[in-house]
Amino acid sequence: MMREMTGAEMVIQALIDQGVEHIFGYPGGAVLPIYDAMFHKNQVQHVLVRHEQGAVHMAEGYARSSGKVGVVLVTSGPGATNAVTGLTDALLDSIPLVCITGQVPTHLIGSDAFQECDTVGITRPCTKHNYLVRDVNDLARVLHEAFYVAANGRPGPVVVDIPKDVQFARGTYVGPENISHKTYQPRLNGDPEKVRAAVELLAKAKRPVFYTGGGVINSGPEASRLLREFARLTGFPVTSTLMGLGAYPAADKQWLGMLGMHGTYEANMAMHDCDVMVCVGARFDDRITGRVDAFSPGSKKIHIDIDPSSINKNIKIDLPIIGDVKHVLSDMLTQWRAMKAEPDRKAIAGWWGQIDAWRARKSLSYVKSPDVIKPQYAIERLHNAVKDKDVYVTTEVGQHQMWAAQHFHFEEPNRWMTSGGLGTMGYGLPAAIGVQVAHPGSLVIDIAGEASIQMCLQELSTALQFNLPVKIFVLNNEYMGMVRQWQDLLHGGRYSHSYSESLPDFVKLAEAYGAVGMRCHRPGDLDAAIQEMISVDRPVLFDCLVDQKENCLPMIPSGKPHNEMILPDHPEALDEAIDEEGKMLV
Amino acid sequence: MPPVQEAPERHTLSLLVDNEPGVLARIVGLFSGRGYNIDSLTVSEVSHDSKLSRITVVTTGAPMIIDQIKSQLDRLVPVHRVVDLTVAGKSVERELALIKVRGKGEIRQEALLIAESFRARTVDTTLESFVFEITGKPDKIDQFVSLLVPLGLVEVSRTGVAAIGRGSDPM
Repeated sequence: MMREMTGAEMVIQALIDQGVEHIFGYPGGAVLPIYDAMFHKNQVQHVLVRHEQGAVHMAEGYARSSGKVGVVLVTSGPGATNAVTGLTDALLDSIPLVCITGQVPTHLIGSDAFQECDTVGITRPCTKHNYLVRDVNDLARVLHEAFYVAANGRPGPVVVDIPKDVQFARGTYVGPENISHKTYQPRLNGDPEKVRAAVELLAKAKRPVFYTGGGVINSGPEASRLLREFARLTGFPVTSTLMGLGAYPAADKQWLGMLGMHGTYEANMAMHDCDVMVCVGARFDDRITGRVDAFSPGSKKIHIDIDPSSINKNIKIDLPIIGDVKHVLSDMLTQWRAMKAEPDRKAIAGWWGQIDAWRARKSLSYVKSPDVIKPQYAIERLHNAVKDKDVYVTTEVGQHQMWAAQHFHFEEPNRWMTSGGLGTMGYGLPAAIGVQVAHPGSLVIDIAGEASIQMCLQELSTALQFNLPVKIFVLNNEYMGMVRQWQDLLHGGRYSHSYSESLPDFVKLAEAYGAVGMRCHRPGDLDAAIQEMISVDRPVLFDCLVDQKENCLPMIPSGKPHNEMILPDHPEALDEAIDEEGKMLV
Repeated sequence: MPPVQEAPERHTLSLLVDNEPGVLARIVGLFSGRGYNIDSLTVSEVSHDSKLSRITVVTTGAPMIIDQIKSQLDRLVPVHRVVDLTVAGKSVERELALIKVRGKGEIRQEALLIAESFRARTVDTTLESFVFEITGKPDKIDQFVSLLVPLGLVEVSRTGVAAIGRGSDPM
């Protein structure tokens, strides 16, 4: 399909042709022609945000919960720089986004014009790819290519920077048919020889573990299904990173819980003591490995990843398989059946015996209180109240995020949205709004802390404007809890600036926005309050006052290996856990 | 932090990239952002029709880091090919340098003799200076330059390494 139109019309036409239904944006001088084109052709629903960072997080929540590419539209200069945090977040968590930014007209580029910034220069290190379109006749191709690059291979954010004169100029529009990138052709199928070698290794394994990550989610629901099938067939235990939660059902008996710094004892010990590790779409991040030279010392490591640069980045891999998770798992299953492979049942039973002994340490336990709401208890009760509903959960970043990961259990993929790699406070509320846009009838909850929620709280106004009844469940301990926890660990309990001073009255604040405000501070009132929160068909800001001093356990202290975890039955070990070298780490 | 500190190696990488604005910034930014070394870098268009440029990067790092550098370069969208000439077989490496020497009398004579023995050409002459042009492997140029230091070396301009594999096959 080739037609003549303006650059601005091409943007809207390209979005329609890419099947985009919603975009998140904020107008400004350098994108006015695009907003005008949108005014004339009202096919894509625009969600007006209150800050560009919010727009990008909304698009992230939208993308991760729906499997589609999230789309953002912002203006030049501050519009683009405000989007940078969200773009970096999407890059680190491999979320497919297309972010269209306005730019000053081409003849003013480089003149320090009003609201000019070097958008492609600034976003080069925080995007998967970016473009500055100087010729209107390149625009349609670049836009379609941007969607291709964002969604294929390891997903990520792509920026298309469009000068204002290019938006006004007329040119030839081409449709998305026949657009594929000449060089960017990621490999989907794993090397058959390596797949066979991996299956042979698994059939001989005595202490295996599946270590799964966000790549399983990114590969689509079929990848989660295949993972479940493979796990069932072999009887092997499964753990996951923060980003992968939900790919394997938490209610299943082969589920070990999350691994890593605040993962379960059984998951981390299984990682440490295993003889064959199958990493599926995860990246051996420092939160996972702990001390790298003591990471799983006795295991053969198989690593399935679509991005070759993930292989051998932090940990030496014995058997790398480059490919998309669902393709590789499917081939492994076929190979397993073709070889009539059988797991070593006797050894696996022994391995489970060992795992059960670790499990018996109950590493997620905590001391309940009749007087004060323990944050873990709050998450438990929240989960209990909504577990049978069609529910999506987002979080901010900090202690509440880890407690949510530990105590809210996920049975399906795409239900859990959190900022894993970048650790962006302020992510959760806009992400929840994005999720709610994609799933209008579902229950969407942002589990938050009182510090994080203040970073993008302005988006509550967006939720009201578009009737998006998100629930914000704030675990309010009046501290930047994770900062305070690390000040306990590393700095002698000197709480330098980690107290949440001058907190607003969240109930009144919610009401000022036109949302519903609630507060609860007694454990006995919690269940009823949660029921009330989820029964309201409007945005709710729930101020849950919790124990101020609770720390997040279990924990692998920084600089320590998996088998030196601090467990809740010996929290005092935290005081001496981190040595001088560990203090350097984050 | 790699678990085992392996000894650093010097590798020469050849990249074929789209000749588009920002491609060099993308590559240089990758090196600086991830803390990799660039010992030398050359870039020029090699095919006007297909708008391709060839970049030669000489880098130093432990084998695990060198592998990382190649994978990271390879996943950049405008990068067509990454070839590690150091492991891909025999290759030719050449660099060009322009070197200015100032002096009078015997020193001048000595500089000319050394230039001759290194097959350097004299491309500019005044009554008290020479500019020499020399082409060769980087260590040959290093040696030439060090010999000229006591003979009135004023300044050096080097292109960085251009490299190509030996034999009939393209990269």
